[in-house]
Amino acid sequence: MKAWEVVIGIETHAQLSTQAKIFSGSATAFGAAPNVQANAVDIALPGVLPVLNKGAVECAIKFGLAVGAKIAPRSVFARKNYFYPDLPKGYQISQYELPVVLGGQLAISLGETERTVNLTRAHLEEDAGKSLHECPGANFHGRTGIDLNRAGTPLLEIVTEPDMRSSAEAVAYARALHALVRWIGICDGNMQEGSFRCDANVSVRPVGQAEFGTRREIKNLNSFRFMQQAIDYEVQWQIATLEDGGSIEQATVLFDPQSGETRAMRSKEDAHDYRYFPDPDLLPLLIDRQWVDETAARMPELPAARRDRLAAEYGLSAYDARLLTASLELATYYEAAVAAAGKSGAKACANWVMVDLTARLNKEDREIGQSPVSAEQLGGMIARIADGTISTNIARKVFDALWNREGDSADEIITSHGLQQITDSSELEALIEEVLATNATMVAEFRTGKEKAFNALVGQAMKATRGKANPQQVNALLRKKLG
Amino acid sequence: MSLTIDQVHRVAHLARIEISDSEADRTLGQLNEIFALIEEMQAVDTQGVEPMAHAQDVAQRLRADRVTESGQTDQRTAFQSVAPETEAGLYLVPRVIE
Repeated sequence: MKAWEVVIGIETHAQLSTQAKIFSGSATAFGAAPNVQANAVDIALPGVLPVLNKGAVECAIKFGLAVGAKIAPRSVFARKNYFYPDLPKGYQISQYELPVVLGGQLAISLGETERTVNLTRAHLEEDAGKSLHECPGANFHGRTGIDLNRAGTPLLEIVTEPDMRSSAEAVAYARALHALVRWIGICDGNMQEGSFRCDANVSVRPVGQAEFGTRREIKNLNSFRFMQQAIDYEVQWQIATLEDGGSIEQATVLFDPQSGETRAMRSKEDAHDYRYFPDPDLLPLLIDRQWVDETAARMPELPAARRDRLAAEYGLSAYDARLLTASLELATYYEAAVAAAGKSGAKACANWVMVDLTARLNKEDREIGQSPVSAEQLGGMIARIADGTISTNIARKVFDALWNREGDSADEIITSHGLQQITDSSELEALIEEVLATNATMVAEFRTGKEKAFNALVGQAMKATRGKANPQQVNALLRKKLG
Repeated sequence: MSLTIDQVHRVAHLARIEISDSEADRTLGQLNEIFALIEEMQAVDTQGVEPMAHAQDVAQRLRADRVTESGQTDQRTAFQSVAPETEAGLYLVPRVIE
Protein backbone atom coordinates (compact mmCIF):
# COMPACT_ATOMS: atom_id res chain seq x y z
CA MET A 1 0.00 0.00 0.00
CA LYS A 2 1.17 3.47 -0.92
CA ALA A 3 1.76 6.19 1.62
CA TRP A 4 -0.31 9.29 0.97
CA GLU A 5 0.32 12.91 1.73
CA VAL A 6 -2.58 15.22 2.50
CA VAL A 7 -2.53 18.78 1.10
CA ILE A 8 -4.91 21.40 2.47
CA GLY A 9 -5.48 25.06 1.74
CA ILE A 10 -8.08 27.14 3.59
CA GLU A 11 -10.24 30.04 2.49
CA THR A 12 -11.94 31.96 5.26
CA HIS A 13 -14.70 34.51 5.04
CA ALA A 14 -14.46 36.81 8.04
CA GLN A 15 -17.35 39.23 8.47
CA LEU A 16 -15.84 42.57 9.37
CA SER A 17 -17.04 44.32 12.53
CA THR A 18 -18.14 47.56 10.92
CA GLN A 19 -21.28 49.47 11.85
CA ALA A 20 -22.39 49.94 8.26
CA LYS A 21 -22.22 47.80 5.13
CA ILE A 22 -19.28 47.82 2.76
CA PHE A 23 -20.96 49.90 0.05
CA SER A 24 -24.00 51.45 1.76
CA GLY A 25 -25.13 53.10 4.99
CA SER A 26 -27.28 50.16 6.16
CA ALA A 27 -26.59 48.57 9.53
CA THR A 28 -24.84 45.20 9.73
CA ALA A 29 -26.24 44.13 13.13
CA PHE A 30 -27.23 40.47 13.36
CA GLY A 31 -30.78 39.37 14.05
CA ALA A 32 -32.90 42.26 12.75
CA ALA A 33 -36.36 41.66 11.26
CA PRO A 34 -36.05 40.45 7.64
CA ASN A 35 -35.14 43.07 5.03
CA VAL A 36 -35.24 46.11 7.33
CA GLN A 37 -31.46 46.51 7.00
CA ALA A 38 -31.54 46.36 3.21
CA ASN A 39 -31.63 49.73 1.51
CA ALA A 40 -31.82 50.69 -2.15
CA VAL A 41 -28.11 49.94 -2.72
CA ASP A 42 -28.28 46.56 -0.98
CA ILE A 43 -31.30 45.38 -2.96
CA ALA A 44 -29.77 46.78 -6.17
CA LEU A 45 -32.45 49.20 -7.30
CA PRO A 46 -31.58 50.69 -10.70
CA GLY A 47 -29.37 53.76 -10.62
CA VAL A 48 -27.79 53.27 -7.21
CA LEU A 49 -24.01 53.44 -6.79
CA PRO A 50 -21.74 51.79 -4.24
CA VAL A 51 -19.50 53.96 -2.03
CA LEU A 52 -16.75 52.13 -0.18
CA ASN A 53 -16.79 52.07 3.64
CA LYS A 54 -13.52 53.38 5.07
CA GLY A 55 -13.94 51.20 8.17
CA ALA A 56 -13.90 48.03 6.09
CA VAL A 57 -10.66 49.10 4.40
CA GLU A 58 -9.12 49.79 7.81
CA CYS A 59 -9.98 46.25 8.92
CA ALA A 60 -8.13 44.92 5.87
CA ILE A 61 -5.12 47.14 6.66
CA LYS A 62 -5.08 45.89 10.27
CA PHE A 63 -5.17 42.31 9.09
CA GLY A 64 -2.35 42.90 6.62
CA LEU A 65 -0.23 44.47 9.36
CA ALA A 66 -0.99 41.62 11.78
CA VAL A 67 0.24 38.93 9.38
CA GLY A 68 3.20 40.87 7.99
CA ALA A 69 1.66 41.10 4.54
CA LYS A 70 2.08 43.68 1.82
CA ILE A 71 -0.74 46.19 1.81
CA ALA A 72 -1.41 47.08 -1.80
CA PRO A 73 -1.05 50.84 -2.41
CA ARG A 74 -3.58 50.36 -5.22
CA SER A 75 -6.22 47.64 -5.39
CA VAL A 76 -9.22 47.16 -7.63
CA PHE A 77 -12.79 45.94 -7.15
CA ALA A 78 -14.17 43.48 -9.66
CA ARG A 79 -17.55 41.99 -10.45
CA LYS A 80 -17.95 38.27 -9.96
CA ASN A 81 -20.94 37.35 -12.07
CA TYR A 82 -23.41 34.63 -11.14
CA PHE A 83 -27.11 34.30 -10.62
CA TYR A 84 -28.66 33.40 -7.32
CA PRO A 85 -31.77 34.87 -5.69
CA ASP A 86 -29.89 36.12 -2.63
CA LEU A 87 -27.51 38.11 -4.87
CA PRO A 88 -29.71 40.98 -6.07
CA LYS A 89 -27.30 42.59 -8.54
CA GLY A 90 -26.47 39.37 -10.38
CA TYR A 91 -22.85 39.89 -9.39
CA GLN A 92 -20.86 40.10 -6.20
CA ILE A 93 -18.44 42.99 -5.78
CA SER A 94 -15.12 41.41 -4.88
CA GLN A 95 -11.45 41.84 -5.70
CA TYR A 96 -9.71 39.66 -8.22
CA GLU A 97 -6.39 40.49 -9.85
CA LEU A 98 -5.39 43.26 -7.46
CA PRO A 99 -6.42 42.39 -3.88
CA VAL A 100 -5.83 44.72 -0.93
CA VAL A 101 -3.57 42.35 1.06
CA LEU A 102 -0.81 40.23 -0.48
CA GLY A 103 1.12 37.43 1.21
CA GLY A 104 1.75 37.25 4.93
CA GLN A 105 2.20 34.45 7.41
CA LEU A 106 0.42 33.05 10.43
CA ALA A 107 2.12 31.03 13.17
CA ILE A 108 0.23 27.94 14.30
CA SER A 109 0.99 25.57 17.14
CA LEU A 110 0.32 21.87 17.43
CA GLY A 111 1.10 20.81 20.96
CA GLU A 112 4.68 21.88 21.48
CA THR A 113 5.62 22.36 17.84
CA GLU A 114 5.21 25.64 16.02
CA ARG A 115 5.19 26.34 12.32
CA THR A 116 3.95 29.01 9.96
CA VAL A 117 1.28 28.89 7.30
CA ASN A 118 1.83 31.14 4.29
CA LEU A 119 -1.03 33.29 3.13
CA THR A 120 -1.65 34.00 -0.51
CA ARG A 121 -3.87 37.04 -0.20
CA ALA A 122 -6.81 38.64 1.52
CA HIS A 123 -9.43 40.63 -0.35
CA LEU A 124 -12.47 42.72 0.44
CA GLU A 125 -15.88 41.73 -0.83
CA GLU A 126 -19.57 41.92 -0.02
CA ASP A 127 -21.62 39.12 1.50
CA ALA A 128 -24.81 37.81 -0.15
CA GLY A 129 -28.25 37.68 1.46
CA LYS A 130 -29.78 34.61 3.05
CA SER A 131 -32.07 32.03 1.50
CA LEU A 132 -34.60 30.52 3.89
CA HIS A 133 -36.39 27.35 2.93
CA GLU A 134 -38.53 27.17 5.99
CA CYS A 135 -39.12 29.35 8.97
CA PRO A 136 -41.36 28.86 11.98
CA GLY A 137 -44.69 30.59 11.76
CA ALA A 138 -44.48 31.30 8.03
CA ASN A 139 -45.60 29.37 5.02
CA PHE A 140 -43.59 29.94 1.87
CA HIS A 141 -45.95 27.83 -0.27
CA GLY A 142 -43.02 25.69 -1.39
CA ARG A 143 -40.92 28.73 -2.26
CA THR A 144 -37.70 30.14 -0.91
CA GLY A 145 -37.72 33.25 1.29
CA ILE A 146 -35.02 35.84 0.73
CA ASP A 147 -33.67 38.07 3.51
CA LEU A 148 -31.26 40.71 2.19
CA ASN A 149 -30.17 42.09 5.59
CA ARG A 150 -26.81 40.35 5.17
CA ALA A 151 -26.39 41.46 1.55
CA GLY A 152 -23.52 43.93 1.42
CA THR A 153 -22.01 43.01 4.80
CA PRO A 154 -18.24 43.48 4.46
CA LEU A 155 -16.15 40.33 4.25
CA LEU A 156 -12.43 39.78 4.23
CA GLU A 157 -11.66 36.57 2.34
CA ILE A 158 -8.36 35.20 3.58
CA VAL A 159 -6.68 32.58 1.39
CA THR A 160 -3.74 30.35 2.36
CA GLU A 161 -1.22 28.55 0.24
CA PRO A 162 -1.75 24.76 0.10
CA ASP A 163 0.49 24.56 3.17
CA MET A 164 -1.25 22.28 5.63
CA ARG A 165 -0.62 18.55 5.76
CA SER A 166 -3.28 17.22 8.14
CA SER A 167 -6.72 18.02 9.51
CA ALA A 168 -5.01 18.87 12.82
CA GLU A 169 -2.88 21.50 11.10
CA ALA A 170 -5.92 22.87 9.27
CA VAL A 171 -7.82 23.22 12.54
CA ALA A 172 -4.78 24.76 14.27
CA TYR A 173 -4.60 27.32 11.47
CA ALA A 174 -8.33 28.08 11.65
CA ARG A 175 -8.11 28.52 15.42
CA ALA A 176 -5.06 30.78 15.16
CA LEU A 177 -6.75 32.90 12.50
CA HIS A 178 -9.97 33.04 14.53
CA ALA A 179 -8.03 34.20 17.59
CA LEU A 180 -6.14 36.79 15.54
CA VAL A 181 -9.12 38.45 13.84
CA ARG A 182 -10.83 38.76 17.21
CA TRP A 183 -7.64 40.02 18.86
CA ILE A 184 -7.24 42.86 16.37
CA GLY A 185 -10.97 43.55 16.57
CA ILE A 186 -11.88 43.16 12.91
CA CYS A 187 -14.33 40.25 13.29
CA ASP A 188 -16.44 39.03 16.22
CA GLY A 189 -15.63 35.42 15.27
CA ASN A 190 -19.16 34.22 16.03
CA MET A 191 -19.29 30.98 14.07
CA GLN A 192 -22.92 30.16 14.88
CA GLU A 193 -23.99 33.44 13.34
CA GLY A 194 -21.75 32.84 10.35
CA SER A 195 -19.25 35.61 11.08
CA PHE A 196 -16.31 33.27 10.47
CA ARG A 197 -16.75 30.59 7.79
CA CYS A 198 -14.09 28.32 6.36
CA ASP A 199 -13.79 26.38 3.11
CA ALA A 200 -11.11 23.68 2.91
CA ASN A 201 -9.45 22.64 -0.35
CA VAL A 202 -8.34 19.07 0.15
CA SER A 203 -6.26 16.78 -2.05
CA VAL A 204 -4.00 13.78 -1.57
CA ARG A 205 -0.88 12.64 -3.44
CA PRO A 206 1.57 9.77 -3.10
CA VAL A 207 4.40 10.74 -0.78
CA GLY A 208 7.27 12.08 -2.87
CA GLN A 209 5.12 13.20 -5.81
CA ALA A 210 5.80 16.81 -6.74
CA GLU A 211 2.45 17.68 -8.37
CA PHE A 212 -0.65 18.18 -6.30
CA GLY A 213 -3.56 15.78 -6.63
CA THR A 214 -6.97 17.00 -7.82
CA ARG A 215 -8.66 18.91 -5.04
CA ARG A 216 -12.20 19.00 -3.78
CA GLU A 217 -13.45 22.02 -1.88
CA ILE A 218 -15.44 21.48 1.33
CA LYS A 219 -17.72 24.50 1.72
CA ASN A 220 -19.02 26.37 4.75
CA LEU A 221 -17.38 24.67 7.70
CA ASN A 222 -18.81 26.57 10.64
CA SER A 223 -17.16 24.79 13.56
CA PHE A 224 -13.65 23.53 14.25
CA ARG A 225 -14.99 20.10 15.13
CA PHE A 226 -16.83 19.81 11.82
CA MET A 227 -13.72 20.99 10.00
CA GLN A 228 -11.69 18.17 11.50
CA GLN A 229 -14.40 15.56 10.84
CA ALA A 230 -15.05 16.75 7.29
CA ILE A 231 -11.38 16.77 6.30
CA ASP A 232 -10.74 13.36 7.88
CA TYR A 233 -13.69 11.86 6.04
CA GLU A 234 -12.74 13.54 2.75
CA VAL A 235 -9.12 12.34 2.98
CA GLN A 236 -10.20 8.76 3.65
CA TRP A 237 -12.67 8.93 0.78
CA GLN A 238 -10.10 10.29 -1.68
CA ILE A 239 -7.49 7.68 -0.69
CA ALA A 240 -10.02 4.85 -0.91
CA THR A 241 -11.20 6.09 -4.32
CA LEU A 242 -7.65 6.29 -5.69
CA GLU A 243 -6.61 2.93 -4.24
CA ASP A 244 -9.65 1.36 -5.88
CA GLY A 245 -8.30 2.61 -9.20
CA GLY A 246 -10.68 5.55 -9.44
CA SER A 247 -9.85 9.19 -10.01
CA ILE A 248 -10.85 12.38 -8.23
CA GLU A 249 -12.87 14.98 -10.08
CA GLN A 250 -12.63 18.58 -9.04
CA ALA A 251 -15.81 19.37 -7.14
CA THR A 252 -17.43 21.40 -4.43
CA VAL A 253 -18.66 19.28 -1.55
CA LEU A 254 -20.75 19.84 1.54
CA PHE A 255 -20.25 18.24 4.94
CA ASP A 256 -23.27 16.64 6.55
CA PRO A 257 -22.74 16.69 10.32
CA GLN A 258 -25.49 14.09 10.80
CA SER A 259 -23.83 11.39 8.71
CA GLY A 260 -20.28 12.68 9.12
CA GLU A 261 -19.84 12.44 5.34
CA THR A 262 -19.00 14.85 2.55
CA ARG A 263 -21.02 14.78 -0.66
CA ALA A 264 -20.61 16.59 -3.94
CA MET A 265 -23.00 19.44 -4.70
CA ARG A 266 -25.03 19.19 -7.86
CA SER A 267 -22.39 19.83 -10.47
CA LYS A 268 -22.78 23.09 -12.27
CA GLU A 269 -20.50 22.96 -15.26
CA ASP A 270 -20.30 26.73 -15.62
CA ALA A 271 -20.28 27.49 -11.92
CA HIS A 272 -16.68 28.60 -12.10
CA ASP A 273 -17.05 30.84 -15.09
CA TYR A 274 -17.57 34.02 -13.13
CA ARG A 275 -16.44 36.37 -15.94
CA TYR A 276 -14.67 38.75 -13.56
CA PHE A 277 -14.07 42.30 -14.76
CA PRO A 278 -13.21 45.58 -13.00
CA ASP A 279 -16.35 47.15 -11.56
CA PRO A 280 -16.92 50.42 -13.44
CA ASP A 281 -18.96 51.71 -10.47
CA LEU A 282 -15.88 51.79 -8.25
CA LEU A 283 -12.55 53.53 -8.67
CA PRO A 284 -9.23 52.02 -7.63
CA LEU A 285 -8.69 51.95 -3.86
CA LEU A 286 -5.56 53.87 -2.94
CA ILE A 287 -3.92 53.32 0.45
CA ASP A 288 -0.98 55.57 1.24
CA ARG A 289 1.84 54.99 3.70
CA GLN A 290 0.44 57.54 6.13
CA TRP A 291 -2.87 55.71 6.45
CA VAL A 292 -1.08 52.42 7.07
CA ASP A 293 1.18 54.02 9.70
CA GLU A 294 -1.73 55.69 11.48
CA THR A 295 -3.60 52.39 11.55
CA ALA A 296 -0.52 50.57 12.85
CA ALA A 297 -0.27 53.07 15.70
CA ARG A 298 -3.81 52.16 16.82
CA MET A 299 -3.24 48.39 16.76
CA PRO A 300 -3.01 46.41 20.00
CA GLU A 301 0.22 44.55 20.77
CA LEU A 302 -0.06 41.36 18.66
CA PRO A 303 -0.59 37.93 20.27
CA ALA A 304 2.92 36.60 19.62
CA ALA A 305 4.58 39.75 20.98
CA ARG A 306 2.25 39.78 23.98
CA ARG A 307 3.00 36.13 24.68
CA ASP A 308 6.76 36.67 24.57
CA ARG A 309 6.48 39.74 26.76
CA LEU A 310 4.30 37.98 29.37
CA ALA A 311 6.80 35.11 29.52
CA ALA A 312 9.75 37.47 29.93
CA GLU A 313 8.15 40.04 32.20
CA TYR A 314 6.39 37.67 34.62
CA GLY A 315 8.60 34.59 34.36
CA LEU A 316 5.84 32.42 32.91
CA SER A 317 6.41 29.24 30.94
CA ALA A 318 5.87 29.41 27.19
CA TYR A 319 2.82 27.21 27.66
CA ASP A 320 1.25 29.45 30.29
CA ALA A 321 2.01 32.56 28.27
CA ARG A 322 0.33 31.01 25.25
CA LEU A 323 -2.80 30.06 27.20
CA LEU A 324 -3.04 33.55 28.69
CA THR A 325 -2.85 35.12 25.24
CA ALA A 326 -5.65 33.02 23.77
CA SER A 327 -7.63 36.24 23.53
CA LEU A 328 -6.95 39.92 24.04
CA GLU A 329 -9.58 39.99 26.80
CA LEU A 330 -7.87 37.18 28.69
CA ALA A 331 -4.40 38.74 28.38
CA THR A 332 -5.76 42.10 29.50
CA TYR A 333 -7.56 40.49 32.44
CA TYR A 334 -4.40 38.68 33.48
CA GLU A 335 -2.24 41.78 33.43
CA ALA A 336 -4.86 43.75 35.36
CA ALA A 337 -4.91 40.99 37.99
CA VAL A 338 -1.11 41.12 38.27
CA ALA A 339 -1.26 44.89 38.61
CA ALA A 340 -3.57 44.43 41.62
CA ALA A 341 -1.68 41.50 43.14
CA GLY A 342 1.80 42.88 42.63
CA LYS A 343 4.41 41.41 40.33
CA SER A 344 5.43 38.79 42.90
CA GLY A 345 1.94 37.33 42.51
CA ALA A 346 2.30 36.97 38.74
CA LYS A 347 2.69 33.19 38.78
CA ALA A 348 -0.18 32.76 41.24
CA CYS A 349 -2.35 35.02 39.08
CA ALA A 350 -1.56 32.85 36.06
CA ASN A 351 -2.65 29.74 37.92
CA TRP A 352 -5.81 31.28 39.28
CA VAL A 353 -6.81 32.66 35.88
CA MET A 354 -6.00 29.48 33.95
CA VAL A 355 -7.36 26.99 36.47
CA ASP A 356 -10.00 28.26 38.89
CA LEU A 357 -11.37 31.16 36.90
CA THR A 358 -11.38 29.36 33.53
CA ALA A 359 -13.02 26.25 35.02
CA ARG A 360 -15.74 28.33 36.62
CA LEU A 361 -16.33 30.35 33.44
CA ASN A 362 -16.51 27.19 31.34
CA LYS A 363 -18.90 25.58 33.78
CA GLU A 364 -21.28 28.51 33.48
CA ASP A 365 -20.60 28.98 29.76
CA ARG A 366 -19.38 32.53 30.18
CA GLU A 367 -16.76 34.57 28.38
CA ILE A 368 -13.99 36.27 30.32
CA GLY A 369 -15.74 39.60 29.74
CA GLN A 370 -18.73 38.27 31.69
CA SER A 371 -16.74 37.13 34.72
CA PRO A 372 -18.47 38.17 37.94
CA VAL A 373 -15.01 38.37 39.54
CA SER A 374 -13.06 41.31 38.16
CA ALA A 375 -9.32 41.21 37.56
CA GLU A 376 -8.84 43.75 40.37
CA GLN A 377 -10.84 41.58 42.81
CA LEU A 378 -8.91 38.46 41.88
CA GLY A 379 -5.56 40.26 42.11
CA GLY A 380 -6.56 41.71 45.49
CA MET A 381 -7.37 38.25 46.77
CA ILE A 382 -4.07 36.85 45.52
CA ALA A 383 -2.25 39.64 47.36
CA ARG A 384 -3.90 38.39 50.59
CA ILE A 385 -2.61 34.87 49.93
CA ALA A 386 0.86 36.26 49.35
CA ASP A 387 0.91 38.22 52.62
CA GLY A 388 -0.35 35.25 54.63
CA THR A 389 -3.77 36.69 55.51
CA ILE A 390 -5.49 33.68 53.98
CA SER A 391 -4.41 30.23 52.84
CA THR A 392 -4.96 28.94 49.30
CA ASN A 393 -7.80 26.79 50.62
CA ILE A 394 -9.55 29.72 52.25
CA ALA A 395 -8.92 31.70 49.08
CA ARG A 396 -11.21 29.28 47.24
CA LYS A 397 -13.97 30.28 49.66
CA VAL A 398 -13.20 33.95 49.10
CA PHE A 399 -13.25 33.35 45.34
CA ASP A 400 -16.68 31.70 45.60
CA ALA A 401 -17.95 34.60 47.67
CA LEU A 402 -16.61 37.10 45.12
CA TRP A 403 -18.19 35.08 42.33
CA ASN A 404 -21.53 35.21 44.16
CA ARG A 405 -21.04 38.93 44.74
CA GLU A 406 -21.14 38.62 48.52
CA GLY A 407 -18.73 41.52 48.77
CA ASP A 408 -16.91 44.07 46.67
CA SER A 409 -13.39 42.96 47.48
CA ALA A 410 -11.45 40.07 48.95
CA ASP A 411 -10.63 42.21 52.01
CA GLU A 412 -14.29 42.92 52.66
CA ILE A 413 -15.19 39.23 52.39
CA ILE A 414 -12.29 38.11 54.58
CA THR A 415 -13.47 40.50 57.30
CA SER A 416 -17.20 39.88 57.01
CA HIS A 417 -16.81 36.09 56.81
CA GLY A 418 -14.08 35.96 59.49
CA LEU A 419 -11.64 34.14 57.26
CA GLN A 420 -8.29 35.56 58.45
CA GLN A 421 -5.68 32.90 58.90
CA ILE A 422 -4.79 32.21 62.54
CA THR A 423 -1.18 33.23 62.67
CA ASP A 424 -1.03 33.89 66.39
CA SER A 425 0.84 30.77 67.53
CA SER A 426 -0.40 30.89 71.14
CA GLU A 427 -4.00 30.84 69.89
CA LEU A 428 -3.11 27.97 67.59
CA GLU A 429 -1.25 26.10 70.34
CA ALA A 430 -4.30 26.29 72.59
CA LEU A 431 -6.48 24.89 69.81
CA ILE A 432 -4.03 22.04 69.23
CA GLU A 433 -3.85 21.17 72.91
CA GLU A 434 -7.62 20.82 72.79
CA VAL A 435 -7.49 18.59 69.75
CA LEU A 436 -4.91 16.34 71.38
CA ALA A 437 -7.00 16.10 74.54
CA THR A 438 -10.20 15.16 72.72
CA ASN A 439 -8.49 12.67 70.39
CA ALA A 440 -6.53 10.60 72.87
CA THR A 441 -7.00 7.39 70.84
CA MET A 442 -5.37 8.90 67.78
CA VAL A 443 -2.52 10.19 69.89
CA ALA A 444 -2.01 6.70 71.32
CA GLU A 445 -2.07 5.18 67.81
CA PHE A 446 0.51 7.69 66.65
CA ARG A 447 2.75 6.78 69.53
CA THR A 448 2.66 3.13 68.44
CA GLY A 449 4.10 4.27 65.13
CA LYS A 450 1.03 4.80 62.98
CA GLU A 451 1.83 7.75 60.70
CA LYS A 452 -1.75 7.72 59.44
CA ALA A 453 -2.90 8.83 62.87
CA PHE A 454 -0.77 11.95 62.52
CA ASN A 455 -2.54 12.94 59.32
CA ALA A 456 -5.87 12.37 61.03
CA LEU A 457 -4.76 14.70 63.83
CA VAL A 458 -3.77 17.37 61.30
CA GLY A 459 -7.23 16.99 59.80
CA GLN A 460 -8.85 17.41 63.21
CA ALA A 461 -6.75 20.47 63.92
CA MET A 462 -7.62 22.08 60.59
CA LYS A 463 -11.26 21.34 61.28
CA ALA A 464 -11.02 22.94 64.69
CA THR A 465 -9.60 26.09 63.08
CA ARG A 466 -12.24 25.91 60.35
CA GLY A 467 -9.46 25.81 57.81
CA LYS A 468 -8.07 29.14 58.87
CA ALA A 469 -4.74 27.83 60.11
CA ASN A 470 -1.65 27.55 58.01
CA PRO A 471 -1.26 23.78 57.44
CA GLN A 472 2.54 23.93 57.64
CA GLN A 473 2.31 25.71 60.96
CA VAL A 474 -0.22 23.18 62.29
CA ASN A 475 2.04 20.37 61.18
CA ALA A 476 5.05 21.81 62.90
CA LEU A 477 3.18 22.53 66.12
CA LEU A 478 1.70 19.03 66.23
CA ARG A 479 5.11 17.43 65.74
CA LYS A 480 6.48 19.56 68.50
CA LYS A 481 3.68 18.68 70.94
CA LEU A 482 3.79 14.96 70.13
CA GLY A 483 7.56 14.75 69.83
CA MET B 1 -9.72 35.38 -33.42
CA SER B 2 -13.36 34.65 -34.05
CA LEU B 3 -16.18 33.22 -31.96
CA THR B 4 -18.11 30.03 -32.65
CA ILE B 5 -21.89 29.75 -32.47
CA ASP B 6 -21.50 27.44 -29.42
CA GLN B 7 -19.60 30.16 -27.58
CA VAL B 8 -22.39 32.62 -28.31
CA HIS B 9 -24.94 30.22 -26.87
CA ARG B 10 -22.75 29.59 -23.84
CA VAL B 11 -22.28 33.28 -23.10
CA ALA B 12 -26.00 33.84 -23.52
CA HIS B 13 -26.70 31.03 -21.08
CA LEU B 14 -24.22 32.40 -18.52
CA ALA B 15 -25.96 35.77 -18.74
CA ARG B 16 -29.36 34.01 -18.59
CA ILE B 17 -30.39 35.58 -21.91
CA GLU B 18 -32.72 33.52 -24.04
CA ILE B 19 -31.84 33.80 -27.74
CA SER B 20 -33.23 32.07 -30.79
CA ASP B 21 -30.94 30.44 -33.37
CA SER B 22 -31.40 33.33 -35.79
CA GLU B 23 -30.60 35.85 -33.06
CA ALA B 24 -27.50 33.82 -32.19
CA ASP B 25 -26.38 33.90 -35.82
CA ARG B 26 -26.87 37.65 -36.03
CA THR B 27 -25.09 38.17 -32.68
CA LEU B 28 -22.19 36.00 -33.82
CA GLY B 29 -21.65 38.28 -36.80
CA GLN B 30 -21.82 41.44 -34.66
CA LEU B 31 -19.51 40.09 -32.00
CA ASN B 32 -16.97 38.98 -34.60
CA GLU B 33 -16.95 42.49 -36.04
CA ILE B 34 -16.14 43.80 -32.56
CA PHE B 35 -13.38 41.23 -32.22
CA ALA B 36 -11.91 42.48 -35.49
CA LEU B 37 -11.78 45.98 -34.01
CA ILE B 38 -10.10 44.64 -30.90
CA GLU B 39 -7.54 42.88 -33.05
CA GLU B 40 -6.70 46.17 -34.73
CA MET B 41 -6.25 47.80 -31.32
CA GLN B 42 -4.02 44.97 -30.18
CA ALA B 43 -1.51 46.00 -32.81
CA VAL B 44 -0.71 49.02 -30.64
CA ASP B 45 2.42 48.53 -28.55
CA THR B 46 1.35 48.74 -24.86
CA GLN B 47 4.61 47.56 -23.39
CA GLY B 48 5.21 49.26 -20.04
CA VAL B 49 1.72 50.75 -19.87
CA GLU B 50 -0.07 49.94 -16.64
CA PRO B 51 -3.53 48.47 -17.29
CA MET B 52 -6.35 50.84 -16.37
CA ALA B 53 -8.98 49.75 -13.89
CA HIS B 54 -11.25 52.66 -14.70
CA ALA B 55 -11.68 55.17 -17.48
CA GLN B 56 -11.12 58.06 -15.07
CA ASP B 57 -7.75 58.51 -13.44
CA VAL B 58 -9.05 59.25 -9.94
CA ALA B 59 -9.12 57.36 -6.66
CA GLN B 60 -12.10 55.83 -4.87
CA ARG B 61 -13.79 58.14 -2.37
CA LEU B 62 -14.61 56.57 0.95
CA ARG B 63 -17.62 56.91 3.24
CA ALA B 64 -17.30 57.00 7.01
CA ASP B 65 -18.33 53.82 8.81
CA ARG B 66 -21.65 55.19 9.97
CA VAL B 67 -25.18 53.84 9.70
CA THR B 68 -27.24 56.35 7.75
CA GLU B 69 -30.42 54.38 7.16
CA SER B 70 -31.63 51.17 8.68
CA GLY B 71 -34.30 49.39 10.63
CA GLN B 72 -37.00 51.12 8.63
CA THR B 73 -39.98 48.92 8.03
CA ASP B 74 -41.73 51.63 6.01
CA GLN B 75 -38.85 51.54 3.53
CA ARG B 76 -39.21 47.77 3.34
CA THR B 77 -42.92 48.16 2.73
CA ALA B 78 -42.20 50.54 -0.15
CA PHE B 79 -39.63 48.20 -1.70
CA GLN B 80 -41.84 45.16 -1.29
CA SER B 81 -44.90 46.82 -2.77
CA VAL B 82 -43.42 46.16 -6.22
CA ALA B 83 -42.17 42.63 -5.44
CA PRO B 84 -44.17 39.81 -7.04
CA GLU B 85 -44.54 37.91 -3.78
CA THR B 86 -43.55 38.45 -0.13
CA GLU B 87 -44.25 36.72 3.17
CA ALA B 88 -43.26 37.63 6.73
CA GLY B 89 -40.97 40.39 5.43
CA LEU B 90 -39.18 38.05 3.04
CA TYR B 91 -39.11 38.11 -0.74
CA LEU B 92 -40.44 34.83 -2.10
CA VAL B 93 -38.74 33.26 -5.08
CA PRO B 94 -39.05 29.89 -6.84
CA ARG B 95 -37.61 27.25 -4.58
CA VAL B 96 -33.81 26.99 -4.68
CA ILE B 97 -32.38 23.65 -3.67
CA GLU B 98 -28.74 22.76 -3.42
